Amino acid sequence: MDELTRRAALKTGGATLGAAAFARALAPLTEWEENVSVDSFLQKHYKEMNKLEMSVVLARLETEALEEHGVAVSISDPRPTPGVSFAYALNLSVCIGCRKCAVACHEENNHDRATNNSYIRVLEMKKGGIDLEQGRTDYKHPVPDDDHFYMPVQCHQCDNAPCVKVCPVEATWKEADGIVVVDYNWCIGCRYCEAACPYHARRFNWQKPEIPAEEINPDQAYLSNRIRPQGVMEKCTFCLHRTRNGRMPACLEACPTGARVFGNLEDPNSEIRWVLENKRVFVLKEDVGTRPRFFYFFDE
Amino acid sequence: MSTLLVLLGCQAGFADPSREFGAPVLEGERFPTEVHTPTTLGVVDTPVTDVHGTPVGVACATCHGPDAATAWASRPGEPFHTGVELHHGPITCASCHDPDDRTKLRLADGTGLDLADAMTLCAQCHGPQFRDYTHGSHGGMAGYWDTRRGPRTRNHCVDCHAPHAPAYAPVVPAAPANDRTPLEDSHG
Repeated sequence: MDELTRRAALKTGGATLGAAAFARALAPLTEWEENVSVDSFLQKHYKEMNKLEMSVVLARLETEALEEHGVAVSISDPRPTPGVSFAYALNLSVCIGCRKCAVACHEENNHDRATNNSYIRVLEMKKGGIDLEQGRTDYKHPVPDDDHFYMPVQCHQCDNAPCVKVCPVEATWKEADGIVVVDYNWCIGCRYCEAACPYHARRFNWQKPEIPAEEINPDQAYLSNRIRPQGVMEKCTFCLHRTRNGRMPACLEACPTGARVFGNLEDPNSEIRWVLENKRVFVLKEDVGTRPRFFYFFDE
Repeated sequence: MSTLLVLLGCQAGFADPSREFGAPVLEGERFPTEVHTPTTLGVVDTPVTDVHGTPVGVACATCHGPDAATAWASRPGEPFHTGVELHHGPITCASCHDPDDRTKLRLADGTGLDLADAMTLCAQCHGPQFRDYTHGSHGGMAGYWDTRRGPRTRNHCVDCHAPHAPAYAPVVPAAPANDRTPLEDSHG
């Protein structure tokens, strides 16, 4: 009898606690729904949409951008060009570590202003070796320093990309022209990809990016620089909204020393092919087998 | 090279295959690639400054006429040339400038050269840099990687390297990101 009473009490108590926990667990969902429209919640995966569905989504995102940020933006969906396969090379002999590339990335890709975020991180390392552990990204003295060299690191668009493999929901994948992209509306924000990347190239939107309306770059693409929602991953896309339309990436145009070379691997006359065939080229952390499309080189 | 081009096929394809690719590569005509013409060619800074504090430039030919009498009228350190400090290896004025015509440059073989063609002169000594420049791996550029879709502009040597003191002066870098970078909070 005594035991029954205790069991009943436990049951009742457990049920009450369970209901409370369930309600608490659902609370973020009810709050979150205020910011996410039904259309957005029901949106298909990027690859599952047909052209018409995609155009509806792009129009909706443009409307949302206008409502939220007060800026008329154009969000396109440029696709890879057949016969184009991108690669990037960077000349460590001439990079001076001025971070102009990082600034250009910040502005071009509509990064959050408060964090001064950028897809490019410039490592300052002692001359004589590549010791990433001793590399610093927070230097503020005039550059270049005589004892150091500078290595900008951004997404290497690996052909064997660990970040793509670990994504549990296929929200990130490699495109036909070599660019690794993220469907921000499909990403669940688990950050596995961030942990998997040996180049520390992915970024997480801890907060909704805040950008003054007049500073927003209105030339946007679905898979690249449109203003990201809170709680999703993002990364360098080789500025696909520019490069898939034939233009140079923003970081290349900003480089004052011409350290950056970008182009089409499938064009034997391209600058990138000349660099790969004639310079002392290496990839970062070759031993981890990621097969990057981002190369570093030295002058003789 | 082919291994670089191999793509991963482990993920789901496009439900609508027509969405996978855009328009094919354009064929034929290419847009021009133009080398920027620096405004500083043939001009030296003087000690006189304008209202913004910028040195006023004066054309070389203002003093150095084509006749022999005025050709060497002034030398480094003299009033008009205080802005010219030569930090460019063991060369002298006449290594690059035509002593008989200061509106022109002069190649090592004696051939005269317009100031606008200064890159040819630089290339005499800086062969590896010129080779790299011609292959797009030295010197900044802007515009289109695919010149079938748009033009490109290239920097002139003098855009980045002052001819009389070509070494890059140190610059103050832009601010780093305030993101959560393990490298930044480690070990001082």
